[in-house]
Amino acid sequence: MMFEAVIGVEVHAQLRTNSKMFCGCGTTFGLSANSQTCPVCLGLPGSLPVINRTAIEMAVRAGLALNCMITENNRFARKNYFYPDLPKGYQISQYEDPICQHGWIEVAVGTVTKRVRIRRAHLEEDAGKNVHGTGTAGSRVDLNRAGTPLLEIVTEPDMSSADEVVAYLKGLRDVLMYLDVCDGNMEEGSFRCEPNLSLRPVGQREFGTKVELKNINSFKYVNDAIEYEIKRQTKVLNEGGKIYQETRLWNIDRGETAVMRSKEEAHDYRYFPDPDLVPLQLNEDWIEGFRSSLPELPAVRARRLITEYGLPEYDAGVITASKGMADYFETCLKQFNEPKTVSNWVMGELTRELNNSGIDITASPVSPERLVDLLTMVDKGVISLKVARDIFPDLYRSDKTPQQIVQEKGLTQVSDEGALEKIIDEVLGKNPMQVAQFREGKQQVLGFLVGQVMKVSGGKANPGKVNELLKRKLVV
Amino acid sequence: MSLHKLGLVELHKKFTAGEVTATEIVRAYFLRISQVEPKVKAFVTQTKDAAYQQAEELDHKLKVWRKTHPLTGMPLAVKDNICTDSVPTTCSSRMLQHFVPPYDATVVSKLRSQEYILVGKTNLDEFAMGSSTENSAFGPSRNPWNLHCVPGGSSGGSAAAVAAEECAAALGSDTGGSIRQPAAFCGVVGVKPTYGRVSRYGLIAFASSLDQIGPITRSVPDAAFLLQAIAGHDPMDSTSVDRPVPDYMKALQKRDLKNVRIGVPEEFFAEGIDPEVEQAVRAAIGELKQLGAEVKEIRLPRTDAAVAVYYVIATAEASSNLARFDGVKFGFRAKETKDLLELYMKTRQEGFGPEVKRRIMLGTYVLSAGYYDAYYGKAQAVRTLVCQDFDAAFKEVDLIVTPATPTPAFKLGEKSEDPLQMYLSDIFTISVNLAGLPAIALPCGFSKAGLPIGLQLIGRAFEEDMMLRAAHAYEQSTAWHRQRPSIR
Repeated sequence: MMFEAVIGVEVHAQLRTNSKMFCGCGTTFGLSANSQTCPVCLGLPGSLPVINRTAIEMAVRAGLALNCMITENNRFARKNYFYPDLPKGYQISQYEDPICQHGWIEVAVGTVTKRVRIRRAHLEEDAGKNVHGTGTAGSRVDLNRAGTPLLEIVTEPDMSSADEVVAYLKGLRDVLMYLDVCDGNMEEGSFRCEPNLSLRPVGQREFGTKVELKNINSFKYVNDAIEYEIKRQTKVLNEGGKIYQETRLWNIDRGETAVMRSKEEAHDYRYFPDPDLVPLQLNEDWIEGFRSSLPELPAVRARRLITEYGLPEYDAGVITASKGMADYFETCLKQFNEPKTVSNWVMGELTRELNNSGIDITASPVSPERLVDLLTMVDKGVISLKVARDIFPDLYRSDKTPQQIVQEKGLTQVSDEGALEKIIDEVLGKNPMQVAQFREGKQQVLGFLVGQVMKVSGGKANPGKVNELLKRKLVV
Repeated sequence: MSLHKLGLVELHKKFTAGEVTATEIVRAYFLRISQVEPKVKAFVTQTKDAAYQQAEELDHKLKVWRKTHPLTGMPLAVKDNICTDSVPTTCSSRMLQHFVPPYDATVVSKLRSQEYILVGKTNLDEFAMGSSTENSAFGPSRNPWNLHCVPGGSSGGSAAAVAAEECAAALGSDTGGSIRQPAAFCGVVGVKPTYGRVSRYGLIAFASSLDQIGPITRSVPDAAFLLQAIAGHDPMDSTSVDRPVPDYMKALQKRDLKNVRIGVPEEFFAEGIDPEVEQAVRAAIGELKQLGAEVKEIRLPRTDAAVAVYYVIATAEASSNLARFDGVKFGFRAKETKDLLELYMKTRQEGFGPEVKRRIMLGTYVLSAGYYDAYYGKAQAVRTLVCQDFDAAFKEVDLIVTPATPTPAFKLGEKSEDPLQMYLSDIFTISVNLAGLPAIALPCGFSKAGLPIGLQLIGRAFEEDMMLRAAHAYEQSTAWHRQRPSIR
């Protein structure tokens, strides 16, 4: 039987506030255990939470960017369960009337634009971390992360493939990073995703039994886990088996999902309004103030790059997918107004190096200024395009200017006619047959001869000049 | 005259006049404590050494620079569910027997900034759940008027300590009557402020939407004096209210009750009330009339639902508030457990007493999937109706007068096997917490057996000044508050 997947996604995005959701402790990642705690986030008896205003602002801005309705009358609720990393025995979250509701985001899946509906996004506090087997006997608890603000963003089940989910997650992450409300770091857990997935026979309206996937901390694993799960469920159903409602963990080493807990073990969280926090009333004008000050979002920016710079749609999409890349691109253009040349370099050489070394473009060793330097040298004919490409890795790995590298390697382009003529004469002397062919009218041979000249010159010859000189000599 | 016989305001006057030193005060009080505490058992922890040291430092400092605050050198007791930095705070529970908070509750830091002297931490029903202090893991406190009787609860230790003159005044907490009921049983004054008037930060929560810290004192002026010190907005408590605190002592200056309308809700004089209590309270109402008040009958028809609503909401909140006592981070942890689940179960099984467990189970049940709407949801709806009753009444009157309790103090053990009977001893105080209103309990007579009887005055939200004024006028025209137990 043919099945189609129905996929929804929950994302926990850590908000980039300086202090925690309900106390004044810092939110820095990676400090020594429990150094970033106070009576409130330790859940000491008698301590009380106070709402972080910046977290509310960030949630509102994210909601507006995701085309959500912003809830004016907010309540926080307690989600009750026992776990050592949860200091109070309950998590302060939102249950009824989350701060953001009924939104959507449009993302590009291949050449198609897909709209994914956002069901809700609510604020909550993060838990701490249990640390197991660290030398001494027993497990330990680190509460540095406890109380960090999270925005949990839940979609409708609008996706049906791993590609769509990855496109959605990338699009969502772009938006949150554009707004500077989340650093998007999946490995450190500041952008955590949990897809839920069910299959149904093609054409059927009712949903099948859904499975929730956890422990996925990169886009690659998102893709792999979903594809694995679709295959697994298809196999089970085709063999007449039954899908159980459960949570499955992605096992990176084995490349498969395994049961973590079944629905029977699911908690009754006994949500109820947190009596320690009074209802939070958001003023409509205050909300609208944020709407008017939202930054330009990826989709809009891509459209502008197309109209303003005449960039191809593909380039505009790739470049605006990350705010860092788009900012990099536009910084270059301010000093070097050749949009297509810059986009080629940014998407090509630069991205390749960045990916290889795992560095974000905002921390790129080749700054926009240095890249522009290099491109200007090509533009002015100081070096050839080929030389520029060849020395780019050196530029990436050192602090030297392109000029220094070119000089050290003696790669300055040769445009001197005398020097070039010497090489050309040598090449023509070695290739009498091609010379004859050209003179008989076979124009294509010119390319070959230019190539030979370039080769002999070690790539340093100015190709335009070579062309010109060659033609002159051959026509005579 | 022994210093311990002086009330808070009198002692303050004597101290600021330089007639006594802080060390003399501390010596007098710890002498008194050594005499009566073995009988009364009001304290869980006494802070004698720290008190002496602090008093000496104060005296030394005051020799150099005579600047005092209203509470400088005043020997006060604090209920043991209010966090005190470096002093054990047990909630009278095995769970927190060895818990020493690393921080002060906001009320305590306010007292500290006024240079008060902590005498000790007073006994309570475990986690403030009870009406007799019999639920304390460390044994019950006794009523100074009759050592066979309970002092009431849950702030029974504070009320007993004040009545037995073991401190000049004390702090209690009131969730359903836990200040007013023991104050009435011990013949002292107890104030439950408006919800939000006093910060809850550092009060170990029983039921967050009902808890409020307040003073227990020997007179109305003492209560006004201490309330002044602890009232006010606290940015650490979102439920505390940012509005100006009136001058409560100034409010006491009006000695008559002309143009004050006082309502008498007949629902509070229904079946179950002790005839001696009814008689004393009716006499007090007559006295209020004499003082110029206009007394009229009012209706609070949802009074009969208050106890039920309370035991749903309070237990629901408690079940969640007490989840943090899991043996992981602080407090008691059961030994030799084989896994996490057993650690949780044994810790809570051994750490909590029976009444606390009963309320956690009740609260967990009423919040459970499938029962939430029928219990918690319904209780919240009825709570709104109880508030509306009061709103309507306060359109017609400025204060409401009722008995503080249906009976005088009962005997130890008399109700401890019957939780429902115990719950009903708070029947006149509970609805006030549900509505978040201020109320005061003060002495209005004695039973034939020589036990105190308490009067309750309920005010409009944030009108503690009016309530204190009326209570003071009544107190001035009677002598009940001047009687002291002989402690035999």
